[in-house]
Amino acid sequence: MKSQRCFFALIVFFVMSALIFTVTSSFAEQPEQVIKITAKKFEYTPNEIRVKKGVPVVLELTSSDRLHGFNCPELGIRSDINPGKIARVRFTPPRSGTFVFFCDIFCGEGHEDMSGKIIVEK
Amino acid sequence: MYIDRRDFFKLTGIGTAMFVLGQGTSVFGADEKMGRKDFMFVQFSDTHWGFNDHKINPDFAGTLKKSIEAVNSMRSQPDFVMFTGDLTHTTEDPKERRKRLTEFRDLIKTLKVKNIKVMPGEHDAALDNAEAYKEIFGETHYTFQHKGVNFIVLDNVSEPGSSIGDGQVQWLAAELKNLDHDSRVIVFTHRPLFDLYPQWDWFTRDGSKAIELFMPFKNLTVLYGHIHQEHHYFTGHIPHHAAKGMMFPLPAPGSVPKKAPVAWNPSQPYKGLGYRRLDAKAKKAELEVTEYSVQGV
Repeated sequence: MKSQRCFFALIVFFVMSALIFTVTSSFAEQPEQVIKITAKKFEYTPNEIRVKKGVPVVLELTSSDRLHGFNCPELGIRSDINPGKIARVRFTPPRSGTFVFFCDIFCGEGHEDMSGKIIVEK
Repeated sequence: MYIDRRDFFKLTGIGTAMFVLGQGTSVFGADEKMGRKDFMFVQFSDTHWGFNDHKINPDFAGTLKKSIEAVNSMRSQPDFVMFTGDLTHTTEDPKERRKRLTEFRDLIKTLKVKNIKVMPGEHDAALDNAEAYKEIFGETHYTFQHKGVNFIVLDNVSEPGSSIGDGQVQWLAAELKNLDHDSRVIVFTHRPLFDLYPQWDWFTRDGSKAIELFMPFKNLTVLYGHIHQEHHYFTGHIPHHAAKGMMFPLPAPGSVPKKAPVAWNPSQPYKGLGYRRLDAKAKKAELEVTEYSVQGV
């Protein structure tokens, strides 16, 4: 009975170790992709970014004039972008496709044109 | 009378469309006690006074005036006229903003009906947190009663990020506490309170807080603008109805890759522009709505 318990514990140990190794190695293989985006009336630079499905991304958002917003509803990302500060937004694209982002802080006459797209490749 | 959602639109006529808005809960018998009487009002939205792109609307200075004349020529005059925001087109010049708001105020004074209600859209109020708007028109959110119907005007544009804000949500909760759940309530907002099409900024960040407060009310209707077209939607039993704009139409949600004003069509001038008449009957919970095109009267 005791030997059976030891055997079972050993198996659990190996399985857990294998899982931890797999997860950590996959993270190690996929470092975060850092993308800098600058906002100003009434555009983002760049306004088209390409990322890979399943690969973690950090957006570093800055504004060169006034308060703007960054909202990509389909990827569940949003942040204020205050001048003089870097807003960092982390996400891992769950699926491929093209996703619109836009300024959701009304910023003037060209506000409605202030948008871009995130292209998530396989 | 119960109006099934499938039968929601009862469109008749050319140039005007008449149908019934409401969730169909009638409260017969309570009319006299509640002081209900028949009345009619008009909703204008998104007049964008100050917009001046000839390609989009060559009659930018005349469209609203034509519609005011049309309302003035109605055989029976509305009890009041409501303008649901974006009264003016945005400008970053504070002086010009005040000029446009003042011109707009003077223009709507030419309506025969003197009971005129206004509220801001983001074009009027978002760049200065409604400072100029308040100087000229007063508060951005308020309530009023008319012939047994409770009206609530909610501001979901003045705060950065187009939200209602915690302070106003608390105010709304306190106002609604004073009302019986059988009361007839009409809420005016500029932006949709629900997620109509967030990719085009057609939503209110904290709109769900207001909708949650509305849910116990059996006869509550939301009338709004912002999207420059008719749109009809229910969140649970709460109907939300968007009105046409008066300066330029916008495409149907998600129908084109990028949201942009629909260009003027010389063969169909004023297409997509209009206003609506709403008839509230003491004996019916539903609002009767007649849609008018700018030249359709």
